[in-house]
Amino acid sequence: MLRRTLLTSAALAVGLAVSGAGAETVKAGFIYVGPVGDGGWTYEHDQGRLAVEEAFGDNVETVYQENVPEGADAVRAITQMALQGADIIFTTSFGYMDPTVQVASKFPNVAFEHATGYKRADNVSTYSARFYEGRAIQGHIAGKMTKTNKIGYIASFPIPEVVRGINSAYLHAKAVNPDVEFSIIWAYTWFDPAKEADAARALIENGADVILQHTDSTAPQAAAQEAGGVITFGQASDMGDYAPMPRVSSIIDNWGPYYVQQVGRVIDGTWESVDTWDGISTGMVGIGEISDAVPADLKAEALGMKDAIAAGDYHPFTGPIYRQDGSLWLAEGETASDGDLLGMSFYVQGLTGDVPN
Amino acid sequence: MDLSSINPVLLIASIMLSATPILLAAIGEMVVEKSGVLNLGVEGMMITGAVVGFAIAVNTGSPGLGFVAAAMASAVLSLSFGILTQVLLANQVATGLGLTLVGLGLSALIGTPYVGLKSPSVPKVEIPLLSDIPVLGPMLFSHDLMVYFSLFLVAAVWAVLKFTRIGLILRAVGESHDAAHALGYKVVRVRMAAIFFGGACAGLGGAYLGLARVLQWTEGMTAGAGWIALAIVVFASWRPWRVLIGAYLFGGVSVLQLNLQAADVAVPVALLSMSPYLITILVLIIISARGAHGAPASLGRIFHASG
Repeated sequence: MLRRTLLTSAALAVGLAVSGAGAETVKAGFIYVGPVGDGGWTYEHDQGRLAVEEAFGDNVETVYQENVPEGADAVRAITQMALQGADIIFTTSFGYMDPTVQVASKFPNVAFEHATGYKRADNVSTYSARFYEGRAIQGHIAGKMTKTNKIGYIASFPIPEVVRGINSAYLHAKAVNPDVEFSIIWAYTWFDPAKEADAARALIENGADVILQHTDSTAPQAAAQEAGGVITFGQASDMGDYAPMPRVSSIIDNWGPYYVQQVGRVIDGTWESVDTWDGISTGMVGIGEISDAVPADLKAEALGMKDAIAAGDYHPFTGPIYRQDGSLWLAEGETASDGDLLGMSFYVQGLTGDVPN
Repeated sequence: MDLSSINPVLLIASIMLSATPILLAAIGEMVVEKSGVLNLGVEGMMITGAVVGFAIAVNTGSPGLGFVAAAMASAVLSLSFGILTQVLLANQVATGLGLTLVGLGLSALIGTPYVGLKSPSVPKVEIPLLSDIPVLGPMLFSHDLMVYFSLFLVAAVWAVLKFTRIGLILRAVGESHDAAHALGYKVVRVRMAAIFFGGACAGLGGAYLGLARVLQWTEGMTAGAGWIALAIVVFASWRPWRVLIGAYLFGGVSVLQLNLQAADVAVPVALLSMSPYLITILVLIIISARGAHGAPASLGRIFHASG
């Protein structure tokens, strides 16, 4: 946080100097839920910030604040950034949704970009990536690779994005392995390496030999490596340090192009509130290299699925799909609407346990 | 519901892993507070210990050296707190918070080259004979050395505070620094030693977190463990054995709830996650209602010899 203070005050000084000279510099701010060194979610958002700097050079100036708790503290952090003259502010976690909308109403001339939420306003855009497309590929690999037929899933918070990922992974694991079971741990945190490692250990001790994670640090990868014989997937970032084992592939969030586009629109004066939800087809969701620990034919199948999703030939939620309670959600051949997906709060048939409230 | 998939031996081992870092940090902080100093920089000292311990262990291949270096680094860092608050008479709360911020920033800086590296594993010590007892043996007598050391440390702190002259002086300084000063004890020196000890313990706790529990370096890795250690000191009403109970209760509940979830036991997750905090608040209410909170009387007060 000291770094942040230094950074923002330095940025402030630069900003004053620039405005004194009469030049037009756009200031882009970023609010992060974890540290930029988490090796996962926040790291990739920061890579996006660096891409903005790279693209616009002296015409842009970026500031960021790390480890901003979701909730009331976020209001303070976002407000502070707006007061310091940011022209566009990216708030990069689901829990910043209400704080972002709240602050945005007080700063009508500042553009706000909220990641993974669904509340928009004239000056609030939302953007997210179709992580569930990547989860489908993970589920396919996981279902075929598991020997114990037990797959552990470290979930963060019970929000639609996370539930969607669980359902997508489960459906595709089940499709190739009818005996597969999912154990789900809700960690109630995005970033707590010790807890994530404990959760991975608990799942492995309960017989899981595949660990999927929807939390931000690489700690579960290290725990799986120590246990041996367990495979994992990089989350949000490639986590390539843990390849070829335990990490056999990954979902990579690539925010750079979107950030460059939106900051560019602020510079041009053409920015307006939009809702963006891109996936593998535009490259916003990347699939990290599938390592040699995966048999070649399985690798080819996974890449085939990736291409089909990218081409729009295959939708990971294609019926028939039943809800956990046995009621029909999608009829044969029907694909899920974005509206359904964005509000998803139920498990599909076969998953045990309840989605916590 | 399938409780049978929870293996008690592995569960106990996980609880040890989870409780030991906060136990080490908490027992150190308890000694600091017993001397009348409130050091809120535990989180900063822990994470400094974590990064230094990890870096040294990776570079030398020896986790043991990592622990020693971590203890020294955090102890030295805590001396900066000591000089500011004891010699320059700075406000303890503000300085302690500052120490946390410094520790978090410094560790991120030192840690950059170590992201993604694997640490040498901390060897398990099988106590001869005892570890051969079925079930109990692997459960209680085959952990790594730091687990035993942390338990020994609690016993040692208890014995020193209760039975020795040094303990008496430390407590006297913490209860009434003016009286202790009038008796000729070097208040500042005693407190500096306590702060140094607390720093070393926090460093060990942080190093354990990195080398045994998380097995890697990640920025911001402690994620609040230092604050939990501080809460446990209060929870324990400044008594060593209660610190042990508090740390194991906290570590136990947090690991147990993960295991219950992994075994598909229907538990209200949110409730279990907050139970350690709820219990702490409850204990605080009880001890303040009783009026005897057990806090050292001079806790957090600035001492100046002329005063």
